Amino acid sequence: MSYKTLIGLEIHAELMTESKIFCKCSTEFGGDVNTHTCPICLGMPGTLPVLNKRVVEYGIRAGIAFNCDIAKRTKMDRKNYFYPDLVKGYQISQYDLPLCKDGAIKIETDQGEKEIGLIRIHIEEDTGKSIHSNDGGSLLDYNRSGVPLIEIVSQPDMNSPEEAKLFLEKLKATLQYIEVSDCKMEQGSLRCDVNINIIDEDTGNKTTVTELKNLNSFKSAVKAMEFEQKRHIGLLEQGKDTKRETRRWDESKSETILMRVKEDAADYRYFPEPDVVELDIEKDWVKKIKEDIPELPHVKRERFVKEYDIPSYDAEVLTSTKALADFYEETVKHTKDPKQVSNWIMTDILRRLKDEELEIDDIKFTAENLADLIKLVNGGKISNNIGKKVLRTMFEEGKDPNTIVKEKGLIQINDEDKLNEIIDGILAENEQSIIDYKNGKDRALGYLVGQVMKATKGKANPQKANQIIREKINNY
Amino acid sequence: MSISKEDVKHVARLARLDFDKEDIEDFTKKFASVVDYVEKLSEVDTEGVEPTYHVHPIKNVMREDKVCKSLDRKESLRNAPDKENGYFKIPRVLD
Amino acid sequence: MDFLKLTVHELRDKLRNGEITSEEIVKGYFDRLEKLEDKLDSFLTITKKEAIKEAKKIDERLKNGEKLGDLAGIPVAIKDNIVTKDIKTTCGSKILEDFIPPYNATIIEKLKSEGAIIIGKTNLDEFAMGSSTENSAYKVTKNPWDLTRVPGGSSGGSAAAVASGEVPYALGSETGGSVRQPASFCGLVGLKPTYGLISRYGLVAFASSFDQIGPFTKDVEDLAIVLNNIIGYDKMDTTSVEVEKKDYKNALKDDIKGLKIALPKEYFDEGINKEVKGKVLKAVKVLEDLGAKVDEVSLPHSDYGLATYYVLAPSEASSNLSRFDGIRYGSRVKDYDSLDELFIKTRSEGFGEEVKRRVMMGTYCLSSGYYDEYYNKAQKVRTLIKKDFDDIFKEYDVIISPTTPSLPFKIGERNDDPLAMYMSDILTVSVNIAGVPALSIPCGLIDGLPVGLQIIGKAFDEETIIKVAYNYEKNSDFILEPKMGGDINEL
Repeated sequence: MSYKTLIGLEIHAELMTESKIFCKCSTEFGGDVNTHTCPICLGMPGTLPVLNKRVVEYGIRAGIAFNCDIAKRTKMDRKNYFYPDLVKGYQISQYDLPLCKDGAIKIETDQGEKEIGLIRIHIEEDTGKSIHSNDGGSLLDYNRSGVPLIEIVSQPDMNSPEEAKLFLEKLKATLQYIEVSDCKMEQGSLRCDVNINIIDEDTGNKTTVTELKNLNSFKSAVKAMEFEQKRHIGLLEQGKDTKRETRRWDESKSETILMRVKEDAADYRYFPEPDVVELDIEKDWVKKIKEDIPELPHVKRERFVKEYDIPSYDAEVLTSTKALADFYEETVKHTKDPKQVSNWIMTDILRRLKDEELEIDDIKFTAENLADLIKLVNGGKISNNIGKKVLRTMFEEGKDPNTIVKEKGLIQINDEDKLNEIIDGILAENEQSIIDYKNGKDRALGYLVGQVMKATKGKANPQKANQIIREKINNY
Repeated sequence: MSISKEDVKHVARLARLDFDKEDIEDFTKKFASVVDYVEKLSEVDTEGVEPTYHVHPIKNVMREDKVCKSLDRKESLRNAPDKENGYFKIPRVLD
Repeated sequence: MDFLKLTVHELRDKLRNGEITSEEIVKGYFDRLEKLEDKLDSFLTITKKEAIKEAKKIDERLKNGEKLGDLAGIPVAIKDNIVTKDIKTTCGSKILEDFIPPYNATIIEKLKSEGAIIIGKTNLDEFAMGSSTENSAYKVTKNPWDLTRVPGGSSGGSAAAVASGEVPYALGSETGGSVRQPASFCGLVGLKPTYGLISRYGLVAFASSFDQIGPFTKDVEDLAIVLNNIIGYDKMDTTSVEVEKKDYKNALKDDIKGLKIALPKEYFDEGINKEVKGKVLKAVKVLEDLGAKVDEVSLPHSDYGLATYYVLAPSEASSNLSRFDGIRYGSRVKDYDSLDELFIKTRSEGFGEEVKRRVMMGTYCLSSGYYDEYYNKAQKVRTLIKKDFDDIFKEYDVIISPTTPSLPFKIGERNDDPLAMYMSDILTVSVNIAGVPALSIPCGLIDGLPVGLQIIGKAFDEETIIKVAYNYEKNSDFILEPKMGGDINEL
């Protein structure tokens, strides 16, 4: 038996415009409930939508980044359905003439590069949000109503949850790179629905596609897909035919749960939006948008190698996300030492992020803080080892390194009088080591330096200590 | 008659409308007369004819991405049938 | 003061030469209105206190020697589907019984900035769906010429208010004839401007690609004056059109020699009341005598206008009216067991029969499997209807026809037959389908009831239809005085 998994994704990403798609309310996340609302995004009678140009531009930008064909002519359509979070009883979306069509995203799988097709990218408005009230009712906040979205629909080209994860990571990194979406899943600015089914390649039998919704992280998406893979194989093996189901991931039960069975296709009664005029997308406009696109990952990688003289592998890692690349460049700006910055990020910082499953955005300190730390080490104010300790504190407390060094008294002891005093004490207690050293046992010197470091809790400048000890023994 | 009571029920479901048992007969009859009337459009040869969604050939009217002050929340909620703590409210329902 | 006869330009002149104050005008109209309303039921909301306050302000400004526009200090009534901030806007529907909008329609802002005095909101067929104003959830407005007859619709409240002298001019709205038909029934001048000439922002949408606000006035000069003050591109309505600023008063001149008039034979066929036809042809003769050239032409797809309209307008309406779900504003039922039931009961109880019929019709035409057969088919026929007009306007300046196929009908007469009701729009809907401008002007009386002459023009060429109307008005001897029955005639 050989089973093939077919996964297609439908991604909604909120666009980083200042104002909403059809009105001038702010798109800012986290505002006080129903304070980013107006007659238009509340769907009051008599109001009309006015399309935000930047929404179209960001949509086209995404289309360019994913190698899509950009429509020459496009229009908005109404998708009609009733739901309390949908203020007009219809969503202004796009139906038969999407802004972008036929693109692709390349992912790096274990078997090499693979291209995942994109069917379309279109622009639309987001809905409001409802939460449960204490007495079991629903409370509606329309701050999100009318926030611009792009919907990206992939071909069912992914054959494993792992591939889907790679696709999502690449998609997210790219959208962040081109600065059209901040893609914060936890804030809902990136949302992902999965279509999954299994085909038995020997018999050609296949399961009916299941739609997975409410996946609030890549991790739960992967887990849900893995669960569905097994469930669908089970269905195939039992020869069960299924209806088209919508399921959600339940984190606590580690399983998907049936939300509804789609008896027949929903009837959205799409028709062209009479309130928004059609768009002709002129070549010159697309060209201009292309010129304004922020640097894409591969271009940035090449620039890093050239400009900062770092190895290609390092550049690859540092440009894996825009946030990391920005963090790197910002630190370099403050230190003028691209290689050292790369070393610190590639080793200590990324290791820690990986261990704690964090992203660069999650760390408590700034690029400038890291730059200060590197300057402290480079300038000999603290040793490399102390530097690493300070970095750990920075991770935990988010303080700037100068403060940490001052508070903990970690400044390296370079003062010769002070070192002489300490070393005299050590030598007085370790006469045997002096004799050993004089008898040619070099190791004894290392021991003595170690004692000095111990006595100073690592703060003594080891090179200087070494030098002074040698001089003192020679004069003994 | 082109339209049955079942058709009316299906369309009513889509439109979130409902008709009393005693009204539906009469409604169906009148509704069907309108549907039958517009059937005459099928007589028109529209081969190769483009639809007219907008009567004027105006294109590309958009606005700049600028934020303006939103409506005062008190005003937004003024007409709400029910509200709570700045939210619009729907009391508990069974589903 | 004879408020029944006074026009906007006469009132303006009296205000300017100090013969009367705005306060006196406003109070005078309210006196009349308060006596007439019992019989007419034109208004849904009266804003007397606010109106008198505004009138005093205008008087103050005039006293200070300020130069004000033509509409300053003069009362206007607004159809109750045009949104007015802090003034109840019901659309004649139960579902918006207590709706107090937090914003003004663009046209209201324009009128206010011109110093126009809003005296109230007028009755209409619910959500402007109807041809008789009998579909209002609140009251049935009567025709001032015969109180047993309908004033037409859907802007029947505005038409009756102007015809009876409750107000010198008023705003209505058109989707398929809702200004021209009541103008015809009530003996007024009523204009459906070119689609896009006036902002729709704040006009509660019925069918978005058809809707336009239009004025009712007593004469053509008033129409030009009012139009001057309400048109223009609005950045809040991207379907509104940037047009060169014009003064429509320039169209009020004797100059129709050589003007080419087309009479579409389909608009004079057997379905049209013979006497109505006679009055219209007599009016055409007047224009011909003034030097216009008249030809019979054909608009071959006319016969499909009404069917096209009754697919497209309800389709758009079904979507436009989906927002009335009882969540954010409007009335909501008390008892329901599910979210769906909340929607269904709120809408079923909140909407009247005609609105439901059109929402059902539109939903049906857009639904899966029927979209191509109905909605898209009608949009293609729309292309052909528009082309009919384009072809005629290549050679002719205006098209003339009756406004309605018959005289004002009796209240209740067509209530039970939607198709018969729809037929009264048969001569007006194609204009909305094509987006061109048209006006109705009185051209005589039959059995004491007014007849309307429809003058249709090229897109954005309101000047020409105003000019033709002006020339006809000047050279016709039609007397504009509704009977209103019994003692109110004496007012």
